[in-house]
Amino acid sequence: MIIYFMCLILFCVGLYAILVKRNLIKIIIGIIITEYAVNLFFILVAYRSKGRAPILIPDQIVKNMVDPLPQALVLTAIVIGLAVTALMVAIAVRVYEKYGTFDITKIKRQKG
Amino acid sequence: MNNKPKKAGMTLIVKTITRLTVGLILLFGIYIVLHGHITPGGGFAGGVIIALSFIHLMLAFGKDLALKKLSEAQASFFESLGAIMFLTIAILGFVGGYFFLNFFLDKGEPFKLFSAGIIPLCNVAICFKVGAGLFAIFAALVFLKIGSGEER
Amino acid sequence: MFELYILLLLMIMGAIVAVEIKDLLSSVIAVGAVGLVLSVVFLVLKAPDLAITQLVVELLCLIILIQATIKRGVPRIIGRQSFLTIFMTLTFIGLFLAFAYSSLRDLPQFGHPIMRVANYYLEQGLNKTGATNLVASVILDFRAYDTLGEATVLFTAVIGVLAVLRRIGRKKPGRAVRKDE
Repeated sequence: MIIYFMCLILFCVGLYAILVKRNLIKIIIGIIITEYAVNLFFILVAYRSKGRAPILIPDQIVKNMVDPLPQALVLTAIVIGLAVTALMVAIAVRVYEKYGTFDITKIKRQKG
Repeated sequence: MNNKPKKAGMTLIVKTITRLTVGLILLFGIYIVLHGHITPGGGFAGGVIIALSFIHLMLAFGKDLALKKLSEAQASFFESLGAIMFLTIAILGFVGGYFFLNFFLDKGEPFKLFSAGIIPLCNVAICFKVGAGLFAIFAALVFLKIGSGEER
Repeated sequence: MFELYILLLLMIMGAIVAVEIKDLLSSVIAVGAVGLVLSVVFLVLKAPDLAITQLVVELLCLIILIQATIKRGVPRIIGRQSFLTIFMTLTFIGLFLAFAYSSLRDLPQFGHPIMRVANYYLEQGLNKTGATNLVASVILDFRAYDTLGEATVLFTAVIGVLAVLRRIGRKKPGRAVRKDE
């Protein structure tokens, strides 16, 4: 129970960075931390105490394994997170080239 | 004041170590992709490792030499090839009766390399797609950085 | 599971450092540290596939972020957001945590998952697909449709990056302009 709560605190740290910070790179860092927290939460739900990894080994019958279904979902989610990060960084680089700053309040004031 | 041409890439130590290790990194990535159905790994991790080996080459030697090894047109070709291969394997199942049905490769015995039906083929298709796509993203970012550096 | 608590505490401290520090390069390195500790946590939770993937993806994310922040954004941004914004954000986060606490009690206890669908995959995986890596059999045989959707999302992201960073009709070197300007 406490461990789910700590995972949610990590999510809230990322959420605070998205909502309060003014630097565009800090907002991207907040989104990355939020993604890590959500992936971690999925794998925490899927853990079985004293379980084994879901890989079969020759000459051994394994009785209890951890849940493989959330692991399959999170595997694709990690790579999608990388693609979204790359897209955000590309947009941030373009914004810097046009406005000369990473500050979001100054970007809102200049119109085109 | 003589204008020496700026040497691309990093120092000599980094270049020597890169020459020794970049082939091993590529081989390790191919190993993880091909054994995706026996040991942990699979297409996604192997594709990212292969893209990392090309990015290592680009960071150490400068972008000209790395783009000679794998140009942007070739990267775009490989990515499209991976996507079309994955879709073809999926739609071919319609001949058997259902989406993604496996009717032309048998399951084989466990723990062998040529087993498990269509799973190794799908792993190779995903490896092409992920590796070439991530290399194209990085090449585009590096080009723009050098372009805006000349402005100052 | 004592080490799990310590590793999670390390991640929270690293995240707070990454968010609050003023230098951009240091905060990017702190995010890299959080990702590496997450890879170790995946290994402790018995998920080796995910540990490998998270490690290499974290490296690539670090390289891309450093390429964007080095030699840029050197002037520090002074001042902060207004007090009202910070107060409303903290109130919202407090309400969120309060509701989450009362709803986390409905989850099964940590270490005893329900696994109604996954028991079928675990028992029949080797017979039906012939693969011994059961996560690969779930991702590419039982649930291959999701992988097709993921491949499409990756393709769209790559096209998006190449469209944003395209240089159309450079008038002078070092300045990108549009064709109709």
